[in-house]
Amino acid sequence: MTANLLLAITAGVLVASGVYLLLERSLTRILLGVLVISNGVNLLFVVAAGRPGTPPIVGLGDPETTSDPLPQVMVLTAIVITMAVAAFVLTVAYRSFQLHGHDEVADDVEDARIRRLAEADAASESYEDTTFSDSGEDVVSE
Amino acid sequence: MSDLLAAPMLLAVFGAAVALALPGRPGVQRAVSVVSLTGIMGVAGVLMWHTHQVGPVALWLGAWAEPLGIALVADRLSSLMLFVASVVALCVLLFATGQDSDEQRRETPVSIFHPTFLLLMAGVSNAFLAGDLFNLFVGFEMLLFSSYVLLTLGGTADRIRAGTTYIIVSLLSSALFLISISSVYAATGTVNLAHLAVRLRDLTEPVQLLLEVLLIVTFAIKAAMFPLASWLPDSYPTAPAPVTAVFAGLLTKVGVYAIIRTETLLFPTSPVNDVLMVASLFTMVVGILGAIAQVEIKRMLSFTLISHIGYMVFGISLASEAGMAATIFYTAHHITIQATLFLVTGLIERRGGTSSLDGLGGLLGVAPLLAVLFFVPAMNLAGIPPLSGFIGKLGLLQAGAAAGTPLAWAVVAGGVATSLLTLIAMAKVWNRAFWGITPAEERRAARVIDIDGDGHEDDDTRPMPPLQVGATMALVVFGLGLTVFAGPLYEYTHAAAAALRDGSYIAAVLPEGLR
Repeated sequence: MTANLLLAITAGVLVASGVYLLLERSLTRILLGVLVISNGVNLLFVVAAGRPGTPPIVGLGDPETTSDPLPQVMVLTAIVITMAVAAFVLTVAYRSFQLHGHDEVADDVEDARIRRLAEADAASESYEDTTFSDSGEDVVSE
Repeated sequence: MSDLLAAPMLLAVFGAAVALALPGRPGVQRAVSVVSLTGIMGVAGVLMWHTHQVGPVALWLGAWAEPLGIALVADRLSSLMLFVASVVALCVLLFATGQDSDEQRRETPVSIFHPTFLLLMAGVSNAFLAGDLFNLFVGFEMLLFSSYVLLTLGGTADRIRAGTTYIIVSLLSSALFLISISSVYAATGTVNLAHLAVRLRDLTEPVQLLLEVLLIVTFAIKAAMFPLASWLPDSYPTAPAPVTAVFAGLLTKVGVYAIIRTETLLFPTSPVNDVLMVASLFTMVVGILGAIAQVEIKRMLSFTLISHIGYMVFGISLASEAGMAATIFYTAHHITIQATLFLVTGLIERRGGTSSLDGLGGLLGVAPLLAVLFFVPAMNLAGIPPLSGFIGKLGLLQAGAAAGTPLAWAVVAGGVATSLLTLIAMAKVWNRAFWGITPAEERRAARVIDIDGDGHEDDDTRPMPPLQVGATMALVVFGLGLTVFAGPLYEYTHAAAAALRDGSYIAAVLPEGLR
């Protein structure tokens, strides 16, 4: 099998930029990242198809010189799925905008709680408190 | 017989279409869903019987020449998984239809629950029966998409927050899966699992290792294996009880199933087993330590879910027949028990008004039946003899002891500790939710009865609908059935584990032995 180096590098660059965007806070940028990544991945399938050739249609050209149709079919499926993903993530981003006025991904509840505990720790007088609660919420509020 | 393989997916997709076309007729939607899930269960039962008697069956869709088309394959493992999954899905669906109209309006304002649920089941069936990697990917996408919709039902702030993380992580794992598939195709020129099993042996070891690691990482995200599990406990608990139950029961187990397939069929001489074993130890211990720290029952159960994935991965990493048989048994047990516990939590939430241990108490006196429904699966999860959790864990620990390496012994010790810690977590729920006095009595004792001054005693508890209790009871009984029929079932999983490596799968898919 012969591979196209230029395509492979392009795919790598696309995936790398996608990962960068994926690390952003705003859901819209994350969606852009996902779209860029999926384009990169689709290119990888084209690389996997090997040598380019004539369209893979029966009766149109020599079977020896046609390109491999199977990766193209997979790419088509992947494109359809990406479209559905884009539609759904945009909906979620819009709903998030409706609810909060922005579309930023929120912190993990647990992380936020631990951070609150850590911040409150310095002034915590209720550390010796006898009320039993391991949720931590009471300890902070008292 | 092989034509039956297409039935589970078709039943689910047609059911979903009919349910989607009749949004104003909830009665018809329910009937359609119940009929199609019962149909899947029946087909899976027949497949279990047939594969056990005769061996794996394969169906080539679309009548293409053999290595090119899409193959559906059922062997003992996939039929058992499909059967248990459909039983759980049916009970969860009955539980969901038992919601009263008030709860229904709040939880699922649009009537898309039934079609989405059926599509989820179609994805699960497709993933279990897929005979090629790309079809497995499509199955995963179907179930993931349905899960996005189910997780964000109603679009409340909580669910959007939890759903966002879940969706992003799932999208990343899907991208990784596609990268793995394209690499596999570039290296071998096929995506059919049986064909790959033949062709992958010709590759050099580094290339094989690369492909294996790519696939394992992809599936580890879906199976919620440490260190790729942190998305799970934050996203599952906010969904409605039936949705969480079906997610916890099915979605991670599809990932485990995919790991079993990859490790036995594609890479039988795997060099990453030790890494998997270390990961399984951390999955168990970190998961259960997280569970003990929780006061919200749903979050606690999400952590025990992660923790017990470790047991299954441990069995896989042993790469022995005994280990694999125990893993398959444990997976069937865990699908049932984890879903049951989440349904029971749904009932606790109704009866006690909350699922946080801080606001619960005295449920034993208020609802003794609920206490029994919680106690049995909780003890089963912790692995108290003679329940099926004990049998599965015993099998895994014996297989670990038989392997005898220091690492295996370390994981065996970790497994015993995890089992004890699970018991502690369950005992904590039992002590604080079922014993003691109810919050209402507590308030009465403190003479604060009417805080909001509306003339009524503050009480957000509601009675449990009989259908929900019935569905939960059915799952508890099914879990007990796994215990009662553990002998025959263990024999079956042993045969399933043996068949994973004896080449019968490849022979069924490619009878002419292609290269």
